[in-house]
Amino acid sequence: MLHFIVRRVLLMIPTLFVISALVYFIIDLPPGDCVTSQIEELLARGDPDAHQRAEELRQLYGLNLPLWQRYLEWVAGIFRWDFGLSCQDTVPVADLISERMMLTIVMETCTIIFIWVVSFVIGVYAATHQYRWGDYVASFIGFIGLSIPNFLLALVLLYVGKVYFGLSIGGLMDPEYIDQPLSWGKVVSVMQHLIIPVVVIGMSGTAGMIRRLRANLLDELQKQYVVTGRAKGLPPMRLLVKYPLRHAINPFVADIGGLLPDVISGSVIVSVVLSLPTTGPMLLSALKTQDVNLAATFLLFVAALTVVGMLISDLALAALDPRIRFGAGSEK
Amino acid sequence: MTDTTPSGTTPEAPRRAPHFVSKEPWDPYVADKLTAEQERYYMAGQWKLMWWRFRRHRPAVVSMVFLLLMYFSTLISEFIAPYDLHTRHSRYIFAAPQSVHLFHEGSFLGPFVYGLKMERDPATLQRIYSADTTKPQPLRFFCLGESYEFWGLIEGRFHFVCPPEDGTLFLLGTDRLGRDMFSRIVYAARISLTIGVIGIALSFTLALILGGLAGYYGGWIDSVVQRLTEIIKSFPHLPLWLALSAALPVTWSPLLVYFGITIILALLDWPGLGRAVRSKLLSLREEDYAAAAQMMGAKPARIIGRHLLPGFMSHLIASATLSIPSMILAETALSFLGLGLRPPITSWGVLLNEATDINVVAVNWWLMLPVVPVILVILAYQFMGDGMRDAADPYA
Repeated sequence: MLHFIVRRVLLMIPTLFVISALVYFIIDLPPGDCVTSQIEELLARGDPDAHQRAEELRQLYGLNLPLWQRYLEWVAGIFRWDFGLSCQDTVPVADLISERMMLTIVMETCTIIFIWVVSFVIGVYAATHQYRWGDYVASFIGFIGLSIPNFLLALVLLYVGKVYFGLSIGGLMDPEYIDQPLSWGKVVSVMQHLIIPVVVIGMSGTAGMIRRLRANLLDELQKQYVVTGRAKGLPPMRLLVKYPLRHAINPFVADIGGLLPDVISGSVIVSVVLSLPTTGPMLLSALKTQDVNLAATFLLFVAALTVVGMLISDLALAALDPRIRFGAGSEK
Repeated sequence: MTDTTPSGTTPEAPRRAPHFVSKEPWDPYVADKLTAEQERYYMAGQWKLMWWRFRRHRPAVVSMVFLLLMYFSTLISEFIAPYDLHTRHSRYIFAAPQSVHLFHEGSFLGPFVYGLKMERDPATLQRIYSADTTKPQPLRFFCLGESYEFWGLIEGRFHFVCPPEDGTLFLLGTDRLGRDMFSRIVYAARISLTIGVIGIALSFTLALILGGLAGYYGGWIDSVVQRLTEIIKSFPHLPLWLALSAALPVTWSPLLVYFGITIILALLDWPGLGRAVRSKLLSLREEDYAAAAQMMGAKPARIIGRHLLPGFMSHLIASATLSIPSMILAETALSFLGLGLRPPITSWGVLLNEATDINVVAVNWWLMLPVVPVILVILAYQFMGDGMRDAADPYA
């Protein structure tokens, strides 16, 4: 088991390095840099010192250095929680992002928990009540959830909320809590605002999970040992929970590997639509202004989140399933 | 007395039938005579069987017809759209949709619209459009209207429907520059629908080559491709798509950007298909017929292309169809965020980009209408893909 964990962690490090390098180079790829657009603005205003100002700014951001040197500096800084300067308003990236990262993690964790809880309850219900109306309703909701893209759903909800209920569902907290220190009221406010984004982001994941859990559990419920158990008079609840559910829940945990990238992708675009103070909108603007340090930090953060999430899901799976723990069954 | 040959005849020996040879030609199927229907079934080729099975899946068939119509419309967008993609009507900015009426004051007139009157709200300065119900303006069909260049090549003026003489026809309203939304949605279908198909063609090719190499050769090629798929599959696609499309130079022409975006979409999409190709090839290359072909000296390309691929082509096509909607969606998302296609190339996502400001949309709800075709097309593709997947293995 220890061997397994160590191997996974060791594998994470090179993966993250490759991703960080790739991402840094990709963002720097287009011609020009983040100073270019700022200077163009100055030039348009007829500022005579524009070019000199550009030189100063480039010096400040280290944009005169070759790309590999900037990359190495950035990577070296990561270990000191120093991600370089952001181009947007000459602020250290670390100051800009920490709260947003926190909120992102909170939002994504809530989404995953939402997906699990809801799909677990509905999935088990649908499988044990196959072909009843509850099952049909669940399947229908699942189908809608799978086919309606989350950002369009967010857009529609935003419109409905604005026009019919007169409330803006954007944002993650009430205005009076913005830039305030953490307090109980703030937490409550964030939780209230989280509901809609979490449901929107989690929609397709929940639908997929319900489908999978229902199919797995149905397969399991048709097996002979269940029939035997019922014939011997096992109480229905115990008959369900003791064996079939344990079997069916395995892919449930394993699937977080597939779920996590979707949730993160979804959270980026949904938070842009709903203008949430998470990483999404800032990543977008950083990419548009070629703010290399900021954008690369966000992307690395996303990558790290994914990799760590996968590790956790693998560990959970190993804890749950002795076959994996002891490396016996190589079946997938 | 163990001899029981016929020579030893005894009175109670069993009577034997006389020797008989039928003159009829021998029919091997005499035992189980097939009905015409059975015969048709057993003699049908693989693809025919699939088609029969697909046909039984009603929603899939309906979706296919819908998609065929949509794709057909992209061929003749110029005829369908009453206006050009870029025609501005500066007098009708954010005009509300005009509805088509049939009856005017109780009498049947045929399809017509009422003219638009614009007033400004004195307090908010908002434009308010109201229908001028005194004068019906009949629509013209199969008529000469605004001139266009058919596929950028042939000049023409023929439309299926034209706005009334000295009137307007904004079926779905206009946007901030007074451009007709309906015409724009019709034109945008051309881009949105093709990007999925071209993208999937690219990703399909990549998957075949890389998955094929990995599955057929195994060894280190396999492990390299496997690691690559794992990394791509485990990384959230959208942020990467965003970074890649932000990297497309601003100086590129819109057409180049279109192809760039397609390539970017395909670049992250192939692993799913590639994995399917690999696992199928891995199992199929152990089959006897593959070994036989190899011994007869066939080259790998021939073995893969002639003997192995046809065995699971139908599965591949079905799963490729199922991933077209995610491509269309990705393009819509990118363009919606302003990092995808750029005007003058117009897709549904580019149209939705105008709907990012909720305060504008709350007043002019028709800006959200491009959502409708996106969702319909995605649903249709999903139904059709489901049907195809069920049909892909007709012997099951």
